[in-house]
Amino acid sequence: MISVQNVHKSFGDLEVLKGVSLDVKKGEVVSVIGGSGSGKSTLLYCINAIEPINKGKILVDDVDVHAKETNKDKLRQKLGMVFQQWNSFPHMTVLENAALAPRIVKKMSKEEAIEIAKKELEHVGLGDKFDVYPTKMSGGQQQRLAIARALAMKPDYMLLDEVTSALDPELVGEVLDTLRLLAEEGMTMICVTHEMGFARDVSDRVAYFHEGVIAEIGEARQVITDPQNPLTQKFLSKVR
Amino acid sequence: MNSLFTPLSWSDSGLILTGVWNTIIISVVAIVVGTLLGLIVGFLRAESNKAVNILFGSVLDVLRSVPLIIQLILFSTFVGAMGNPLAPFVAGSIVLSLYTMAFMSEVFRSGFESVSPSMQTAARSLGMTKWQTIYHVRLPIGLRAVFPSWLGVSLSVIKDSALVSVIGYMELLRTSEQLISRTQQPLEILIGVGIFYFIISYPLSHYGRYVERKMAI
Repeated sequence: MISVQNVHKSFGDLEVLKGVSLDVKKGEVVSVIGGSGSGKSTLLYCINAIEPINKGKILVDDVDVHAKETNKDKLRQKLGMVFQQWNSFPHMTVLENAALAPRIVKKMSKEEAIEIAKKELEHVGLGDKFDVYPTKMSGGQQQRLAIARALAMKPDYMLLDEVTSALDPELVGEVLDTLRLLAEEGMTMICVTHEMGFARDVSDRVAYFHEGVIAEIGEARQVITDPQNPLTQKFLSKVR
Repeated sequence: MNSLFTPLSWSDSGLILTGVWNTIIISVVAIVVGTLLGLIVGFLRAESNKAVNILFGSVLDVLRSVPLIIQLILFSTFVGAMGNPLAPFVAGSIVLSLYTMAFMSEVFRSGFESVSPSMQTAARSLGMTKWQTIYHVRLPIGLRAVFPSWLGVSLSVIKDSALVSVIGYMELLRTSEQLISRTQQPLEILIGVGIFYFIISYPLSHYGRYVERKMAI
């Protein structure tokens, strides 16, 4: 379980998270929506210990993420993360991209790492691209590679930060389909997204972020189709 | 009538080849040492805060801005005046290596800085440590990005090595000067020497283009 407890986070004088609490259970898919600058991406960065927090606590399987004694590299193996920019390693083939972390972080043998990488690449529909260099692929394919690369570490959770925002519209579908597949397989996910249809159909719950706090959280269909908070109503009327 | 000067003959080829060899040796030393030191300094500069950078930067600025020929003469005269004169090869290697390092460090710094922070974050998010990220991601991507500049600096080092002749190192240019003063055939000899510099540099430049194509990202 991921448990975010009253987290505050500032960049300089700007307080981005103003007391955020959120529990995500094993197998649950939670989508986070909200305007830009509302702090939703920052929350993911804090959960993955990429950004330190100023106040509060984040627990992942009862381990305090930001405690000094926590081995953050070890912790991140549990938390797969995919970003808006896919950041595939351009000097490696698709297969090497996916096999790198299992090999050097988990110290697997080369054969073992390659086997896992192949499996995860097939999983996201890149089974025919093993020896291709990522720069030769479309953004959608590279983003699926980023997903496979994260999955190859066998994470317990996936953190997805606006993974379709930088894609051409016609490529969004293939990436969302991949995420849908993961959700069906029971992967625990926190998705920061602007895809309201995806949030409604795939997630169990949706949280609406407004100015650093969760203004509304509830069952996915309810929040998207029948929001209770006037702020959520206003936001949704604008993005539709 | 016997002339004071003896024309160029085949027996001079040994001298010329010694010059070629010495040019190659001092160039290789300067490129290897300059690259290794430049890699370290370039990395430190990319990683360091402003204060450290200003300190590094000003030393590098001096090395890059003062003409190499002046650095060579000052260094070898100074060391000589201190009572421990160095062999021309040693003094030349030290100065040429540091001079090369000054340029290489800027090349590598820009290489390290060309790898976006988000790329490094992505690597860290997979559980890689800081050093694993540097070794497997930042270094290979950064080096590929600056390989053409590295090649350019290396090629100019070969040509700059001609200046080490001023402190008495018997490299290609100095051997040619000796031959010219003996034979009074400057045109033939300088054309020949030019061709030799081309022959030394061309394989590097050619091989470099091949490597560049091969690892193009």
